[in-house]
Amino acid sequence: MSFRPDHELHKRRFGRNMGVGLVLVAFVAIVFGLTVVKVTNGDFGRAAAEVQG
Amino acid sequence: MSDTTSVHLGTTEAQFGDYLALLKPRVMALVVFTAFVGLLAAPVAVHPFVGMVSVLFIAVGGGASGALNMWWDADIDRVMKRTRNRPIPAGLVAPEEAKALGFALSGFSVVMLGLAANWFAAGFLAFTIFFYVAIYTMWLKRSTPQNIVIGGAAGAFPPMIGWAVATGGVSVEGLLMFALIFMWTPPHFWALALFMGDDYDNADVPMLTVTHGRRATRVYILVYTVILALIAIGAGFSAIGGVIYLVTALLLNIWFVIGAVKIWRRSEADSAADQFLVERKFFKLSLFYLFSLFVAILVEAGLDRYGIEGLL
Repeated sequence: MSFRPDHELHKRRFGRNMGVGLVLVAFVAIVFGLTVVKVTNGDFGRAAAEVQG
Repeated sequence: MSDTTSVHLGTTEAQFGDYLALLKPRVMALVVFTAFVGLLAAPVAVHPFVGMVSVLFIAVGGGASGALNMWWDADIDRVMKRTRNRPIPAGLVAPEEAKALGFALSGFSVVMLGLAANWFAAGFLAFTIFFYVAIYTMWLKRSTPQNIVIGGAAGAFPPMIGWAVATGGVSVEGLLMFALIFMWTPPHFWALALFMGDDYDNADVPMLTVTHGRRATRVYILVYTVILALIAIGAGFSAIGGVIYLVTALLLNIWFVIGAVKIWRRSEADSAADQFLVERKFFKLSLFYLFSLFVAILVEAGLDRYGIEGLL
């Protein structure tokens, strides 16, 4: 059994989907990086201490 | 239906690049650069990764306001030669899509900047987007010849936001960087308006060239350039200045004022004869001027940070 060939529409959308995918991957990487920086810098600890007074 | 026909009917699937074009990448580049300088010129060190993503979110906020500007101004963009190839008038992106993208990215950039840096900087970014979209695009642009003057504030905020990312507030130095871009914007755009012919007139945009005439615009360019020179050189004696900045500012401003005097002295016949050569050169010089001035601020900040300033 073979897959049906891509419709012309899928080919046209490929670039757009790829772009959105890369943006999402970059966003995940940014959030991950920010979390690491904030945790290692102790930002969350300071915020928690401020809340506790 | 051929692709060519579908483009004109607005039925072609927009590509990723078309959505990117909605964010005005060239304006974003200016936002990134000036916000970056504001961030590094601040006396508080920021973690490099936090600084980098903060500038990115400021740029996304700037891009979001660009998309909302294109949504609202699609009717003007269709008429003007300079803008008729933008994604909406070209039929590549529907106005509603630009509106949705603009609002979504506005909210996204503000929240992410708040989480990455601080909520003061995020509020400042939200205000900047509001100022550019509601005050400039929706109100001033179509109602007053001072549109560029007051609206220029929106483009002048990014270094202050960069400064706010580092310090959590505003300061005289941030205001000076704001003043540089604020006073630079009118001569930059009025020079463009001089050589864009009747583009603004056709679009019913009350640009100074249309409401007060081209002679008055030449006078205004000179007046604003002289005031800009005074501010730019004066900034050399503040905390963002120094020997390198002062020398750069002096040379650049002499060059820029000479350009403005040349524009002021020209008649329309002179300009038409050489196809606005002097005005075009002044416009290009204005880009180099702002870039170089902010590079000088960046160099001074670097020297200051590494304790080299005292040696000069």
